[in-house]
Amino acid sequence: MALEIETVSPETIATMEQRIEELEKKQKNTADVNALSMVVFSGELDKLLAAFVIATGAAACGMRVSMFFTFWGAAALKKSGPQAKGKSIVERMFGCLLPGGLGKRKLSKLEMLGVGRQLMTREMAKKNVASLPELIETAKELGVGINICQMSMSLMGIQAEELIDYPGMGYCGVANLVEQSSSSNTTMFI
Amino acid sequence: MITERKIDLTGLKCPMPIVQLAKLIKELDAGEEFTATADDPAFCLDVESWCNKTGHELIRLEDSNERLVAVIRKKISEVE
Repeated sequence: MALEIETVSPETIATMEQRIEELEKKQKNTADVNALSMVVFSGELDKLLAAFVIATGAAACGMRVSMFFTFWGAAALKKSGPQAKGKSIVERMFGCLLPGGLGKRKLSKLEMLGVGRQLMTREMAKKNVASLPELIETAKELGVGINICQMSMSLMGIQAEELIDYPGMGYCGVANLVEQSSSSNTTMFI
Repeated sequence: MITERKIDLTGLKCPMPIVQLAKLIKELDAGEEFTATADDPAFCLDVESWCNKTGHELIRLEDSNERLVAVIRKKISEVE
């Protein structure tokens, strides 16, 4: 049987190329099922643990994960140590009321002036449940992205040098979150 | 060369078993198999979900006396 070869006109090729280009553009704008976007608004230990368990778990499942820390979530990522210089009186006060150090994060329930937290932390160690610093280290290893809300930082007088060291940590606004979120199939608010 | 790979996830709690799987799988060649042992009850469903999500093949999953043994084969190609 002879093979019939149709000649394709340059016009047809041009139309096809245009359609492919349009499709590729459309494809680029669809949400990625392998991307997870998270807004971490809360700064309590239990909620941070949940956020980082989900983030590291998703990254381990091969997902691209980006976490956006805002308000109490942004303040929760402060490391221990003295406050940065050049702050206003109110900013210094916020700094005192929101002390740095991952070990100072309180539980949202059963805190009981620190007794509940101590018990919880002890049980976690006993039952080999990963601690917050361990989960953050794992997030680093797995390439989980962290961005901090610049507005929250300015509002509470938090300076970049006061935050934990995290590779590629970015300081951004809501547009960046919206971009991340709309390109991810899943967005969580914690 | 086919060597039998094993990973012991005993004692680890969620999400660390799958985090360890994710780390190990990077070191393996495509098509290579390994055996994972765990005792976290969540691992039973989690390893299945992890395989579904990542595309690696769950060849066998045994659950006996709270000891879970999973045999996983790394997927052949990275499909984007």
